[in-house]
Amino acid sequence: MAEKVTNKSVLFNPFSKNNPVVVQILGICSVLAVTAKLEPALVMGISVIAVLAFSNVVISLLRNTIPTNIRIIVQLVVVAGLVVIVDQLLKAYAYEVSLQLSVFIGLIITNCILMGRLEAFAMANKPWPSFLDGVGNGAGYAIILIIVGFFRELLGSGTLLGYQVIPQWCYDHGYVNNGLMILPPMALITVACIIWVHRSINKDLQED
Amino acid sequence: MKALRKYLDKIKPKFEEGGKLHAFRSVFDGFETFLFTPRTTSTSGVHIHDSNDSKRTMIIVVMALMPCLLFGMYNAGYQHWLAIGASSFPFWSLMLYGFLAILPTIVVSYVVGLGIEFVVAQWRGEEIQEGFLVTGMLIPLICPIDTPLWMIAVATAFAVIFAKEVFGGTGYNIFNVALVARAFLFFAYPAKMSGDKVFVAHDTILGLGDSAIADGITCATPLGQIATHAGDAAPVVTDLSGSAISTFDAFIGLIPGSFGETSTLCILIGAAILLFTGVANWRVILSVFVGGAAMASLSYALQTPTYPASMINPLDQLLLGGFAFAAVFMATDPVTGARTHTGQYIYGFLIGVLAILIRVYNTGYPEGAMLAILLMNAFAPLIDYCVVQSNIRRRLRRANVKK
Repeated sequence: MAEKVTNKSVLFNPFSKNNPVVVQILGICSVLAVTAKLEPALVMGISVIAVLAFSNVVISLLRNTIPTNIRIIVQLVVVAGLVVIVDQLLKAYAYEVSLQLSVFIGLIITNCILMGRLEAFAMANKPWPSFLDGVGNGAGYAIILIIVGFFRELLGSGTLLGYQVIPQWCYDHGYVNNGLMILPPMALITVACIIWVHRSINKDLQED
Repeated sequence: MKALRKYLDKIKPKFEEGGKLHAFRSVFDGFETFLFTPRTTSTSGVHIHDSNDSKRTMIIVVMALMPCLLFGMYNAGYQHWLAIGASSFPFWSLMLYGFLAILPTIVVSYVVGLGIEFVVAQWRGEEIQEGFLVTGMLIPLICPIDTPLWMIAVATAFAVIFAKEVFGGTGYNIFNVALVARAFLFFAYPAKMSGDKVFVAHDTILGLGDSAIADGITCATPLGQIATHAGDAAPVVTDLSGSAISTFDAFIGLIPGSFGETSTLCILIGAAILLFTGVANWRVILSVFVGGAAMASLSYALQTPTYPASMINPLDQLLLGGFAFAAVFMATDPVTGARTHTGQYIYGFLIGVLAILIRVYNTGYPEGAMLAILLMNAFAPLIDYCVVQSNIRRRLRRANVKK
């Protein structure tokens, strides 16, 4: 990257210009899986922010002592440990949501965004910028998750966070929830629409 | 006609470079070439001169759909009259009822689809393409009569934007646009797309018909009845009045079903028009029917009560549901189908096989033609690629032998 790397750019770049989902196209699998409702999308977003931020810090602290040829294993161990903590916390304090998220909290380990940030940033930077980078990328991921979850829950179930949003009046006059929105293919199309809008606004991201 | 030409000539300067309404030139172009043969074609040189442009091709397909549309109107009225337990069936009342029932759907499909096409063409500064003429007619014909209009509008908009415009407009789409609209409806609003309520009109229209459905009437389509059939005996499909549907009834088409797809007779008339004018490809139509017959015979030979649809004889399999309509009007879409001759045989055959395969062995989907064609749309370029490559290899080998 040619531009100067400041703490601010590290934190805010992943929100839009370098968004892990819509620009780097990482972590798509979990975006399709957990966004049928807004609530799991929100919890998933927060979990990823937490895991990413703290694993970045831990790896950044260890970066000079990790032997290069086993660094992936060390990174996996750190991420796995954090994921287990998050998983247990969810089971303790948000049991219903953890049931909805089921295996996908565990699968944060395999989320490409994590390995990508650890390899690309935390291995080469100090703890504080690494922390900001983790928060930024996690938030960039969470934003997309929340947008997709918002539209899928609104159009697919007529609710937001479980509260009825579309009034009963509409249903009485023939409105029907869109069942396709609940199915994963529609998450892909929603992400595609976000990418479409995003690239239309940021012309420099358009590739020929 | 002359007055119209004169009027167009009079307002034309406004749409040309520097004119006040220059921004709307694509709309003007669209209307002008739709009404009159364009004058800008070359008249000399080595070009092939043929008036068979894509607008004419599209209009021929729409004309070939007319028998199905007219029969669909009559059938919509007929099914409704049966459902309300009427004893007499006045022809013109049935026609008028069917006409009034389908008209809003056709209008909505055209207004939404063409509206999006016009806006996109205007936005990109391109000419308006005429591909939607056929799609706009197909969508009402392949939907149940009682589909709410707003669903038609949403599905049409989705199909035109995501199946066509994002790929570059008419001629660049990977999937058949009308079928994408149908698939969208099928997956998004399953309750309105299947079952025994939607395939027969239920309401009074302008005083015609009756909104009270007679007791004990089930309005399920033959394939719907077969899919929910239980027991070891072969399923007997019945029409609304309870009498059994024979093979001949299925051929004529006075049975409940999506609007334009019930009558194999009318579909064959449409097929004759398409084949006579050379618009549709006989290889595809033939191989779809051959593939369907092969799979239907196979499943009939291996019939089991677990899959009630396997107990239908192969001829009925081809006549019931949307199979014939799909073979003639959907599989032959030149944009989304295979283009090489060998490829067309493979493409059509696999559509036929898959349609019956899905219909028989996936009890969740009473009809498989839609999914079969969409699936094969995705494989059409691969089929073509393999055919072309094998041809190249063969000719290379031949060239080497001669050396």
